[in-house]
Amino acid sequence: MSSVPTLQVRNLRTEFATRAGTLRAVNDVSFTLERGRILGLVGESGSGKSVTGFSIMGLVDAPGRVTGGEVLFQGRDITKIKPRELRQLQGNRIAMIFQDPMMTLNPVLRVDTQMIEAVRAHTSASKAQARERARETLAMMGIASPDERLQAYPHQLSGGMRQRVAIATAMLHRPDLIIADEPTTALDVTIQAQILSEVQKLARQQGTALIWITHDLSVVAGLADEVAVMYAGRIVEQGGVDAVLDSPLHPYTAGLIGSLPANNRRGSRLQQIPGMTPNMLQLPPGCAFAARCTRATAACQAQPEQTEPLPGRLVRCFHPALTASAPSTLGATAPQGLEARV
Amino acid sequence: MIGWLLRRLVQAVVVVLLMTVIVFVGLHAIGNPVDILIGQDVDQVERARIIAQLGFDQPLWRQYLGFVGGALQGNLGVSFVYNVPAIELILQRLPATLELAIAALVIAVVLGVPLGLLAGLYPESWFSKSIMAGSIVGFSLPTFWVGLMLIMTFSVSLGMLPSSGRGQTVEFLGAQWSFLTTDGLRHMLLPAINLSLFKISLVIRLTRAGVREVLPLDYVKFARAKGLSPLRVVGLHVLRNTMIPLVTVLGLELGSTIAFAVVTESIFSWPGAGKLILDSINALDRPVIVSYLVVVVCLFVTLNLIVDILYKVLDPRVRLEGAA
Amino acid sequence: MSGTNTPANAPVGTAPAAALRQPSPWRAHVADFLASRLALFGLIVAVVLILAALVAPWITPQNPYDLQQLDVLDARQPPGSANGLASFHYLLGTDGQGRDLYSAILYGLRISLLVGVGSALIAGVVGTLLGLLAAYAGGKTDTIIMRVVDLILSFPSILVAMMILAYLGKGVGNVVLTLVILEWAYYARTARGQALVERRREYVEAARCLDIPNWRIMVRHILPNCLPPLIVIGTLQIARAITLEATLSFLGLGVPVTEPSLGLLISNGYQFMLSGQYWISFYPGIALLVTIVAINLVGDRLRDVLNPRNTR
Repeated sequence: MSSVPTLQVRNLRTEFATRAGTLRAVNDVSFTLERGRILGLVGESGSGKSVTGFSIMGLVDAPGRVTGGEVLFQGRDITKIKPRELRQLQGNRIAMIFQDPMMTLNPVLRVDTQMIEAVRAHTSASKAQARERARETLAMMGIASPDERLQAYPHQLSGGMRQRVAIATAMLHRPDLIIADEPTTALDVTIQAQILSEVQKLARQQGTALIWITHDLSVVAGLADEVAVMYAGRIVEQGGVDAVLDSPLHPYTAGLIGSLPANNRRGSRLQQIPGMTPNMLQLPPGCAFAARCTRATAACQAQPEQTEPLPGRLVRCFHPALTASAPSTLGATAPQGLEARV
Repeated sequence: MIGWLLRRLVQAVVVVLLMTVIVFVGLHAIGNPVDILIGQDVDQVERARIIAQLGFDQPLWRQYLGFVGGALQGNLGVSFVYNVPAIELILQRLPATLELAIAALVIAVVLGVPLGLLAGLYPESWFSKSIMAGSIVGFSLPTFWVGLMLIMTFSVSLGMLPSSGRGQTVEFLGAQWSFLTTDGLRHMLLPAINLSLFKISLVIRLTRAGVREVLPLDYVKFARAKGLSPLRVVGLHVLRNTMIPLVTVLGLELGSTIAFAVVTESIFSWPGAGKLILDSINALDRPVIVSYLVVVVCLFVTLNLIVDILYKVLDPRVRLEGAA
Repeated sequence: MSGTNTPANAPVGTAPAAALRQPSPWRAHVADFLASRLALFGLIVAVVLILAALVAPWITPQNPYDLQQLDVLDARQPPGSANGLASFHYLLGTDGQGRDLYSAILYGLRISLLVGVGSALIAGVVGTLLGLLAAYAGGKTDTIIMRVVDLILSFPSILVAMMILAYLGKGVGNVVLTLVILEWAYYARTARGQALVERRREYVEAARCLDIPNWRIMVRHILPNCLPPLIVIGTLQIARAITLEATLSFLGLGVPVTEPSLGLLISNGYQFMLSGQYWISFYPGIALLVTIVAINLVGDRLRDVLNPRNTR
């Protein structure tokens, strides 16, 4: 039944034609997502994680374009299909949740209008039937008094409620894959925790594969099964979430983990990764992280290929930290595993 | 809400009063209409009689007060030229102007919105660029010259459409309207097109700007992510948000269209209020001028008020204060 | 703002020296402007017309305003016909009074341009000063000036112009005055808006700390930053003024009959149109149209180029 993975991304490349040159936002990205699994896609802003999500969804706008690779959804390459066929999948088998719930919902249309149209785009339901479906899904999300919510306009709902509506909209057709682009970043921490647990429960129940795009490692720790770390358009490390967070192979991953406030002792200086993210229009020919890496050598002038030094652990680095006692990039304490679960 | 409404009403009344004072005083300074009306060969006695009859021998402030008093009773003076109550004259001719102005705006919207939409959706296409260039030509064309050319082409050379007058009218709600008859519509077509030219350009540009602003926003992307057909995404999500500012601008433009109809009415001999005011200015028919201005000011002020209210109604964010 | 598409790209330690080598913003603007062939075309046409109008007395066979040079017997001659003395050809025909249309158009163009540019300049200076004054003085001065601006702008210009001209009577000077009264409000509003924004900037505070007098700050520091939108408005206003003057003259309220501007020429020719002598209205109309379109093309492009909000 689940012999075909829900999603297989192979060597995906997305480029933007800007006045200053071609910007490769997604550069040779590959990963696989099995049915019902949750992948955390982590990276700083500008790392290309959101564009990866859009590329999978087929929502990259001009001047951007998917220029290479394949996105196999249930075995079928959706970068090569006709727009009409893609639309049949969007919102139906593959759904997306965006970051800012304020701007995700059209402010001049009621919530029920926006949910009903999503239902009727893929089924021949009547308005009443569609409305019932919407109501049902809202209730499934644990939203009290769904009828009131349906009658409301987006600005009348709180931020957390709006995001729940967006998630419910994504769940309307019980999709096989949901791509969530930083959906809780704009919400406050308590709501964030609620939504995370709700989404996780839903995913397990429905068997929905989930890609959770975020810059926040602590979110990934409690939610995901696998994690992929992106830097300057490439995935630099992938693997099971516990393994990666306990013993990161790539210096950037180690740096991210180390810079979390929870990982730093009280009163001592917060650890930071030195340097700045590179200018995507002027990337060095070799490893993009080399300029900020304490383990960098002359070898790093070349582009590291993806290797599998340990089973299930993929990394792009000439000097992965294969032993727990390998020197970290930060020189202070070795990175701690994340214990706090959201 | 009520408080705001009341404040706006008071504001409006003040503006109207101010206008009447300015106009009244200004007109007094222009000249003595008696000279125009009466001519040189009337003797002194007759002249004095007419002056007294028209109240010109009174001091200005008295004339003004008399005017205001009369206005409150709905009487704004009697036309010197036609010897009919001025307000009646104006209200009689107003429907013709309104018809023309509204027809012009309808044409502008029907033609302008789709063109602007296309220009906004495909900004780099040659089609869009030519629409934009065309819109510049559109608002550069002097209305009167276009009117002449329209007459030349359609009336004189092709003989297809009439070049003057209003055609058959039908009574409706106490006024004469010509859009209800085919003949009337034939007469209205050229002047309405003429008047609409300027507005089409405006609508095209506004729509295009609105579309370009709305298109990259998140909710449009989300609509596409739901798998909605492009038609629905554009037709509902994009258009609805673009329409709100457009409607408000158009509402305000209605007022200026009505005023600008003067030129079109003059070329096409369209018997509207615009032609009336032009003739009245040349004849210094003061009561008509004053009444026209009062009516126009009231119209403007009402339009502004309606547009303000309309904006509150159309945009749910403004309408419903307070979140759940 | 809400675009979730284009990724950020932070520059990696650009050397400070690079910033000093940037070209002056004006050169970038000029380059941007010229990138549009349409605008370039408009600019060329406008310049040609202005030059033609300036040298009109030298390139026309006749002074159409000198009644002695007109021959009524030559009235309503079609384009290309010779004049009575066979000394030159009426390139574009003659009008109802026997004026050579080609000459009349060029001289009429002079008036149109004079009125348009003149009123825009005067209104621009007056309006900008008042706008800056309102911004800087604040309080009652600001309120009064802005109320007057609102009043003027809320009424259709054609009506106000008709009223004023009815009072003042015909004449080029009066038309210019009328247009100035109408137009200064646009400049005032924009100048004030810009000045209010600039006033909050740090360089103004710095200047004040140095005890530089207010008016000096306004003129030397704030004014240059207000110029771009004012230039745009000025250009578009020139076109507007020309159109308005033509319309008023057409309605018989503008320039006197003996010195017809393009609008009056068109108006005079109206009566002959129905009998097929189209050229009397047509050619002046084309001239007017081309002038206005050219200026609007330039103004439109300027607006795109000088608008800071414009991202491509």
